[in-house]
Amino acid sequence: MGSTRLYSKGRVLGHKRAKRNSRPNTSLIQIEGVANKEDAQFYLGKRVAYVYKAKREIQGSKIRVIWGRVTRPHGSSGVVKSKFRHNLPPRAFGASVRVMLYPSNI
Amino acid sequence: MARSKELVPGIGRLSRSQVFAKRGLFKGQKKSTAPASEAKPETIEKTIGGEKNGGKRLIPTVKAPRFYPAEDVSKPKKSRKSPKAPSLRPSITPGTILILLAGRYRGKRVVFLKQLTSGLLLVTGPYKVNGVPLRRVNQAYVIATSTMVDISELKLDAKFDDSYFAKPSTKSSSSAEEEFFEDGKPKAKQPIAESKAADQKAVDSALLASIKKTENLSKYLKASWGLSKGQFAHQLVF
Repeated sequence: MGSTRLYSKGRVLGHKRAKRNSRPNTSLIQIEGVANKEDAQFYLGKRVAYVYKAKREIQGSKIRVIWGRVTRPHGSSGVVKSKFRHNLPPRAFGASVRVMLYPSNI
Repeated sequence: MARSKELVPGIGRLSRSQVFAKRGLFKGQKKSTAPASEAKPETIEKTIGGEKNGGKRLIPTVKAPRFYPAEDVSKPKKSRKSPKAPSLRPSITPGTILILLAGRYRGKRVVFLKQLTSGLLLVTGPYKVNGVPLRRVNQAYVIATSTMVDISELKLDAKFDDSYFAKPSTKSSSSAEEEFFEDGKPKAKQPIAESKAADQKAVDSALLASIKKTENLSKYLKASWGLSKGQFAHQLVF
């Protein structure tokens, strides 16, 4: 049985921030296997899904998603900036996100 | 509250018509027909007193406006923009094997047949091989591989256009109950139209012949694709 995963794994590092101020409208994401700016280029524009579970069911499902997009690289270490439709809550820090392979340009 | 959240700066989530529908301003509008009024005559003849006044005059029933613009007001320009013909990625050519990334058949490999006028791609599994029927997909949700199937022998009927795949418009039933249930039981599934099944077979038969010529190609099409541990999408060559 082959793998059926159609997304790359990413991890939320936190919001974009300075020493004292944080900017929650942008989140930093580290994508697995991406170690420099050039590799990160592949993922720009790709859609990101933060999938989490909540207590209350909505339309018969406890699973919820916050969608976003990769916008640009963050520095030269391969970390990327991304924007979500709703800002990621702090409890998402350290959680994994799905970096989808679409919109594709391969 | 803004209904159309911004997806990316400058691009709203909802289209103009979707916002219009959501705002629902049309709901309060009353539609009534005005009672038919009798057409009034344009001028009335009045008798005028005084000897030198000619006795009678034609007087318009509606006074001409006292104001009229001294300068001509220019009309807004008509938009001459027309939708551009959608372009296809150079990696996608007829016969290319594509990997679907989203939707019901995500992860499946399919054969690209042609691009439709709407810009969507016409693909097929073939159905016999991996269960993907003739279908339209957006090229944003597709990875093009370097593998090709020779489809030169395939004569694609011109009927495969966007309207072929459009859903037939059904009148909405009065209740959801009616839509899904029939005397207390779930409705039986409607079988696929015979003509569509025949179309699928016709396309597949030509494709299957050329697929058979290459060893393992049908196995390749049958296998689904996915990332496994230690595989990174940006390093792969498709």
